[in-house]
Formats: sequence, C-alpha cells, structure tokens
Amino acid sequence: MKGLALAAMTVVAAASAAEIAPTDRRSGYDFAGPETRAMQDDDTANPGMLWVAQGESLWATKAGAVARSCADCHDNAQTSMKGVAARYPAFDPALGRPVDLEQRINRCHAEHQQAEPWAWEGPELLALTAFVAHQSRGQPIATETGGAQRPFLEQGSQLFHRREGQLNLSCSQCHDDNWGKRLAGAVIPQGHPTGYPIYRLEWQSLGSLQRRLRNCVIGTRAEPYDYGAPEAVTLELYLMARARGMSLETPAVRP
Amino acid sequence: MARVLINLPTRAKRGEVIEIKTLIAHPMETGYRLGPTGAVIPRDIINRFTCTYNGQEVFRADLFPAVAANPFIAFFAVATESGELAFSWTDDHGETQTEVRQITVE
Repeated sequence: MKGLALAAMTVVAAASAAEIAPTDRRSGYDFAGPETRAMQDDDTANPGMLWVAQGESLWATKAGAVARSCADCHDNAQTSMKGVAARYPAFDPALGRPVDLEQRINRCHAEHQQAEPWAWEGPELLALTAFVAHQSRGQPIATETGGAQRPFLEQGSQLFHRREGQLNLSCSQCHDDNWGKRLAGAVIPQGHPTGYPIYRLEWQSLGSLQRRLRNCVIGTRAEPYDYGAPEAVTLELYLMARARGMSLETPAVRP
Repeated sequence: MARVLINLPTRAKRGEVIEIKTLIAHPMETGYRLGPTGAVIPRDIINRFTCTYNGQEVFRADLFPAVAANPFIAFFAVATESGELAFSWTDDHGETQTEVRQITVE
C-alpha cells in the first residue's frame, strides 16, 4: 500500500515537472522555417487570407429563412469580434458544455439566420471562422478556466495526459516532454493552438484545430473523435487554457 | 469565380519599378493522385497566368502540376503610364478568370 502511494506520488511529480514553464512556451511559428514564417507575416502572400476574404464577404451576406447577415446583428466585426476567438471554447449555458468557435458560429447560423448548418471543414465554416478569429490577431489567449468550464478543462487535461492508440502514446509525451526534438524529419512543437484555423502546407488548404487533432490521434494509431465531439472540444479547451496569454496569429501558416 | 488577392501600389512615379503580388484560390489537382475509391482524380490546374498593362502583355507564366495549391505569383513591372492592369488565370477547362486593377502614374 505504501509502495503504491509512493508510486502514485512519483507519477504526479513527473507529470507536473513535465509541464512547460510559461517562459519556455513557444508558438508553432517559432519552430517553422524562415520561408514559412515569411509567408505568414506577409498578408499579401499568406494563402489563409483567401479564406479571411471569403469570410468577410459571408459576414455581410444575408442568409437563411430570415434573410439576415452576421453584420445585421454584430455590426462591424473589427470591433464586435475583437478578442472573441481568444476566449473560445466558451461555456454554453443552453447546452451545458463548452462549444468551440466553429460550433458557436454554426449555431448562430442555424438559430439566428435559420439556415442549414454548414458542414465541418466546409469552405463556408472555415472562412467565417478564419475571418472572426483574424479579428483577434495579436490578442492574448484568455479562455475561461474557472466556473462551469472547470470540470471540462479537467476532462481535457486527462485526455491530454492519457496514453492511447496502438502506439500507447499520450499528447503530453510528445508536446510536454519531447518538444524541440525531431519526429522523423519534423520538429515536435509544443502544441499550442495559437493560429487556428491554420493554413497547413501539408494540407494545401486551411483547416481547423479539430482536423489537426485528428491527424495527431491517427498518428498514435487511435480512433479519432468525430468532428464536434464533446471530447474533442474539451481537448481544445485544455490546449487553449495551456496556451493562455500567448498571442493569436490567425491565419497562421504551418508546415 | 475563384477568390483572388492582388496587391500592387495604387500610385507610382513614372519609371518606378513596382512589385505585384497575386494569390488565387485553386486546388491545383495534379492528376496523379488517387481518390478514396482508387480512381485517379482528374487533373485540374491553372496552366497559364498573364498580366497585361493597358492591353500590352508584361508578364506571362506557364504552370505545371508540380505547382502547389492556391498559386502565389509575384513579379515586377515598370510603371510607365496611368491605366489598368488585367490579370488572367486560365485553367484546364479552358476557362479564364480576369481581374482588373487601376494604377495612377504621376
């Protein structure tokens, strides 16, 4: 019994020791090559801006049964959406659980515009999410970690630290313990969601954080969560809380 | 209509060398990839880009399947006179999309 308790204490100590100190935290941007960083820094060369531009036109387009545009309620996105993406996933009292930015936009689209919800990873949802998140560029991530979000944050933390898949790997083993080292040819980043939706050169397209998480989960040879699954959102929540205070870069460019 | 971002100065001095940057949303499907059923995804790329300055061609590029999706093309031109620059992208279906931008030369 005493041995067990000691073992448990050692595990806890190892887990907390592995967490990245705030001063050591680095965005994926810092691990990217100079060409990729240059592509992100120049809005006229950043292909993610194509989606932002599409989102800007969607913002002003009347849609759904009530023929209402986002701008009709939310007015100018530059002011009304500034800092909003930095606070997601946020708790939704009606659902009783956190929702991410894509889910919030799609719910608004379905309820207030009374339109067909957009498909996950579809061009419209990605574009509008990119446009809204772009308004928070440079803002520090400020996701709520207390109150009603607390139990979900803990669930997300458990998922992050839990070994899974045929390779029996947890997220933490790569992104807390071995960041900066190489997995085959690629540098392992710390896994901070600072620039989503991101333009990923491997995808040749813009993609959401959930799509990126699916890549990682499949990499451990585990079954990925469905798009919008509560587990995926709690994992997003944990990642955003882990990156609290870091600047948003949307749309980021990553290899 | 594909989404396009074009960046060039709206005003320039006569004889000034200006940089023009263009981005267009396009999958640039190579024709070498297989779809989920194992069938080849047909080739669909932009194969030609041209820029004319008041009707005169100043830049042209042929594109091939190795060019990545959402092609970014940047080039330089000499600002000679006020007028319009027309940018055209032609795809494998023979369809051309043209965008026009104005420049004032003083």
